[in-house]
Amino acid sequence: MSLLETQRGPVLASKPLGVMNASLPRVKPFQESLAASDLFPLTAAGISILQINLGKFCNQTCRHCHVDAGPHREEIMTRETAELCIAVLSQTHIPTIDITGGAPELNPSFRWLVEQARGLGRHVMDRCNLTVLLLPSQSDLVEFLASHEVEIIASLPYYLADRTDAQRGARVFDRSIEALRKLNSQGYGHPASGLKLNLVYNPVGAFLPPAQHAIEADFRRELDRRYGVIFNSLYTITNMPIGRFLEFLRQSGNCERYMQRLVNAYNPKAAEDAMCRYTISVGWDGTLYDCDFNQMLDLAVGNGQPKHIRAFTSEHLDRREIVVGEHCYGCTAGAGSSCGGSTT
Amino acid sequence: MTHRRIRQGVTLAGYYHHEDLAHFADMGQHAPELWEKFSAWYAAVFAEGALTEREKCLIALAVAHAVQCPYCIDAYTQASLEKGSNMEQMTEAVHVASAIRGGASLVHGLQMRNAAKQVSM
Repeated sequence: MSLLETQRGPVLASKPLGVMNASLPRVKPFQESLAASDLFPLTAAGISILQINLGKFCNQTCRHCHVDAGPHREEIMTRETAELCIAVLSQTHIPTIDITGGAPELNPSFRWLVEQARGLGRHVMDRCNLTVLLLPSQSDLVEFLASHEVEIIASLPYYLADRTDAQRGARVFDRSIEALRKLNSQGYGHPASGLKLNLVYNPVGAFLPPAQHAIEADFRRELDRRYGVIFNSLYTITNMPIGRFLEFLRQSGNCERYMQRLVNAYNPKAAEDAMCRYTISVGWDGTLYDCDFNQMLDLAVGNGQPKHIRAFTSEHLDRREIVVGEHCYGCTAGAGSSCGGSTT
Repeated sequence: MTHRRIRQGVTLAGYYHHEDLAHFADMGQHAPELWEKFSAWYAAVFAEGALTEREKCLIALAVAHAVQCPYCIDAYTQASLEKGSNMEQMTEAVHVASAIRGGASLVHGLQMRNAAKQVSM
């Protein structure tokens, strides 16, 4: 935010949508911003990613977590629901599954799900918190992921310990570096290996992420120079004003400023390319959502669409109208934000 | 500018208000052409060129401290973080500004020495 970027005019008050948006500061309704750029209603353009959230159980308790995950959470996907996900994959041509959590690897069905999806010839992505790879119970996990050519999307908010630990917990940075070295030794991150290791940058505070190409160059230089760690790509992801990050915004007095920052940075191109347009998200209990963020807000797919994975039908969901709210400004600010990084 | 804002501004302790920064564009009300020219020039200055946007933000952060502008310090602290700078880099930038300010005073000691020499036996 430069000095000039702070002087844009005030925005309109909104009609609240759902419990979460009622608790956000009043800003210009997201629907109005979409309408002004001829994108309302926002609709799906097919489904190329089935994102499966295996539950809220995690070995970490990160301060920015939109899932509110942690060791105390017991909500996890059952094998029966995982089987329904595989049944959908087998009945469709969705090319990619994106497995997330919590720490998805700690779900007893994780490895079964990976094996089944790979058996169907689908690309598998695992959203990994890195430290899970060092747990004694997961000592063979890196080998398992490599043998199934699973793409790793690993959280590492910064290349220095202080900022990483401030967001993810004490000593998480040191253990993350140890896990990255373990992945590198297995071939992950080496250009010729075919084993993809992509990192995720989240701002450690109430500000937007930098240009993806710029911070990726910094990470590549500094991780190699300081720790001898290599990776393929870095994705920048904007912190969404929900879950624990919203609590941080409230407690630190940054809520209104952050929301205004997101609204002022609304980018129609980012809205046009939003990940919800080509993704569908499955909750731990099988409920269908437009994205993992709507999932955390209990905003299931709307407008008469099938709301559970057992009733999944591509013909309806492929062109569904997406449920939006003011939190969606998090995906449309600046260069845009998705689970695959910036979108423009 | 509202009466409240003007009234608050008369006490030294409340002279600067964070919310005033959002009204920076009010400076265009009585000189719109000058404001437009300033805005265009300002945007061009901070666009990526021979220097990266991040480097320019760090320079701006340092200058903000040298000229002691609270609005600029707020804006370019946030901007530097958003360009990917870390606290080590931002602190070093402030030290650069401080060193130039301190050095500028110290180097004028030469003027003091010359002046003393002029009048001394």
